[in-house]
Amino acid sequence: MNRLKKWVNSPRFSDVVASVGAIIVGLIFGLVILLITNAQQAFPAFFTILKGGFSGGAKGIGEVLYMATPLILTGLSVGFAFKTGLFNIGASGQLIVGGFVAILVGVKGEALGSYQWIVAFLGAMAAGAVWAAVPGILKAVFNVHEVISSIMMNYIGMYLVNMLVVEMVYDKLKNQSLIIKETAELPTWGLDKITQGSGLNAGFLIAILFVIITYIILNKTVFGYELIACGHNPEASKYAGIKAKRNIVLAMVIAGALAGAAGALMYLASTGKHIRVVDVLANEGFMGIPIALLGLSNPIGVFFAAIFIAYITIGGFYMQLFDFVPEIIDIMIASIIYFSAFALIAKNLIAYILKRQKKKEKDKPIEEVKEAKK
Amino acid sequence: MDYVIEMLGITKSFPGILANDNISLQLRRGEIHALLGENGAGKSTLMSILFGLYKPDKGIIKKNGKEIQISNPNDANDYGIGMVHQHFKLVHNFTVLENIIMGVETTRRGFLKLDEARKKVVDLSHKYNLFIDPDALISDITVGMQQRVEIIKMLYRDNEILIFDEPTAMLTPQEIKELMNIMRDLAKEGKSILFITHKLDEIKQVADRCTVLQKGKYIDTLDVADTSKEKFSELMVGRKIEFTVIKDKAKTGNVVLSVKNLTVKSKHSEKPVVKNVSFNVKAGEVVCLAGIDGNGQSELVYAITGLEKVTAGAIELNGKDITKSSIRRKSNSGMSHIPEDRHKHGLILEYSLAKNLVLQSYYKKEFQTYGFLRFKEITKYANKLIEQFDIRSGQGAKTLTRSMSGGNQQKAIVAREIDKDPELLVAVQPTRGLDVGAIEYIHKQLVKQRDKNKAIFLVSLELEEVMNVSDRILVIYEGEIVADLDPKSVTMEDLGLYMSGAKREEKAV
Repeated sequence: MNRLKKWVNSPRFSDVVASVGAIIVGLIFGLVILLITNAQQAFPAFFTILKGGFSGGAKGIGEVLYMATPLILTGLSVGFAFKTGLFNIGASGQLIVGGFVAILVGVKGEALGSYQWIVAFLGAMAAGAVWAAVPGILKAVFNVHEVISSIMMNYIGMYLVNMLVVEMVYDKLKNQSLIIKETAELPTWGLDKITQGSGLNAGFLIAILFVIITYIILNKTVFGYELIACGHNPEASKYAGIKAKRNIVLAMVIAGALAGAAGALMYLASTGKHIRVVDVLANEGFMGIPIALLGLSNPIGVFFAAIFIAYITIGGFYMQLFDFVPEIIDIMIASIIYFSAFALIAKNLIAYILKRQKKKEKDKPIEEVKEAKK
Repeated sequence: MDYVIEMLGITKSFPGILANDNISLQLRRGEIHALLGENGAGKSTLMSILFGLYKPDKGIIKKNGKEIQISNPNDANDYGIGMVHQHFKLVHNFTVLENIIMGVETTRRGFLKLDEARKKVVDLSHKYNLFIDPDALISDITVGMQQRVEIIKMLYRDNEILIFDEPTAMLTPQEIKELMNIMRDLAKEGKSILFITHKLDEIKQVADRCTVLQKGKYIDTLDVADTSKEKFSELMVGRKIEFTVIKDKAKTGNVVLSVKNLTVKSKHSEKPVVKNVSFNVKAGEVVCLAGIDGNGQSELVYAITGLEKVTAGAIELNGKDITKSSIRRKSNSGMSHIPEDRHKHGLILEYSLAKNLVLQSYYKKEFQTYGFLRFKEITKYANKLIEQFDIRSGQGAKTLTRSMSGGNQQKAIVAREIDKDPELLVAVQPTRGLDVGAIEYIHKQLVKQRDKNKAIFLVSLELEEVMNVSDRILVIYEGEIVADLDPKSVTMEDLGLYMSGAKREEKAV
């Protein structure tokens, strides 16, 4: 009970409440839109969204987690950079170059045998890291804002990958990349069977591993200490002798590697995803931004935010049953993000309410109040 | 008795701290009433309540005997309460006149009527001897004139209760004298003044009565004329205070810091702000750089500590050239730096106190193994410093630094930098914004370091500190060192003249 009280009074509590509040308000906003477009079907449709991925039983859960896998990683990518004071809007480009390298190794690297998927995966991380290093170096050396340069790198990445797919691993008939070899596919470790034939595979576990790793880097290491210090106060970091420039580049490289890993996990799945040669930026990359916001850049928060977004996106696929377009989910996600951007206001509001409640205790002598707080 | 403002039984608590505990303050019409207390004694909280920034948990405020509610600064203004904040609230690229009328502009059909305003401002400035230039830009005028602008701002709004929050912190001795005269004139005209300070000399000079607070509690209200300085400080701190720093004659050793022909260019222009400066600091002495704010002190310190690049010249530490060394290198070869701006450079406010206390040493073996921070050791170390340096905070080592009081933030920095046991300690205004108790403590620490045969390079704007602590005084004026003085043989007045550029020693380089 005391632990609970302590948690309720901690700043983390109001963070969580703010994010959950944003989700609830966003969902209600979505309901209003449903009511406006088709009042009769609105409520059944809304409950389907709430039931989301779980309406499909174990398989549904599997699909949600499968879909969440790359989102977790792009969310981590953006969130990690946020912690260092950088806005990595280039996760999309990093993801696609990573995905391309994974496919390239997956198609051509037969000689690697059972190591093929591992090499493909590591190659993808390296490619994403290189892609993010460019804006990182530009920022550190020439003070070019990383938002501008990483947006540029998104387009360069997309067109370059389109070109290279056509040159190297092209399936002319389908206008997409070739099918990867079986040894390049991510192992499923029985996860598909547990979830009754969903697309879930080892990628999800790898994503969890990365959640834990980024959490440890940020919170437990000297490196994380320096990164967050640079993010909060670059001047004081300089005063403490922290090499800010090196840290900017490293933070971008790690963020890029995470986004590259997302690309690998997407395109190495046995469900047969391909890079289609179209002029569209990878949406999974951009979804990293709202997920990082909703998860407050905390790796564990990002994990749950990604699963939630996957969950209601899958719920959205069922919207067509009720004569709605699935894009209604995009509107809901967008409004959730909007409200989570107002999280600060919500936080203050919660802090105010908590304070008001505390005031009721004010007639007690102060020592007692202090005791209660402990 | 004719009280213009009464604050009765004011109680206000913040998480973990009872800032004001049943405090009463009665302000007579036309008096100068000082409010004295250490950092964290609750002075600022009490004044913020009067100015409508906080709401008290308990207690009432009366004006002319009638109870009033002040829920925001506009209310305060309506009741004739005005405040000069410690850090002025002026728009730097506006003129003096524009700043004064801002918020209460007289307009006709949406257009400003500046002429009327100008007349009123000029009248006020004559009436109270507040010399200002209405058309000058704030960014071009001195701190003293900026303060006069703030005072006229209050008078322009017909305020009759004037709160001065540590008004002398930024001023030169001459300007302080002027301000004291202004305050007396204002009181003579019937204005009532609340004067927050922890400088006892100033209280003795101008105040009629003084209310003392200690750790959020009301101690006493005394007539200044009947009470000695020693008595005041005892009431404020709760123990006896030594005013003059007791120290033996300096036993100087080798040259620790040697600065040769140092020139530093301004960040904004090609003009040098530090011009061909040379000096030495030896082991076992406190050398103080005195000067009025903005004469190149900051840039000189930045160049020595590595925050800014050196344009020309050389810096040596213990005979080794460190002109181009990195900040980390300098720190590891025995240099500590208490920075001028604790929020900009000294602390990461979003970090806990413990994490800030290892800001210069987190990478050392004691606090990490294989790149992982050893939180147990860090907390243990932090608790040691917290106890040793009496750093007060709501929740100890894990307190968020942002939530701590300024004085305790400063103590944390001082603790961190002194505990490094450096060969050279560069301390820039280490006692800025601190109370006598803390100042005494920090001065003692500086002298203790000196007696351990360390070199101290102190930069200060406070004349008293300069005279008290240093073994040698260098005066900087417009980027040049104009005098090298012995504190025992120079008077405060002379020092003031050197600082303002009116006098210079020919032999000094």
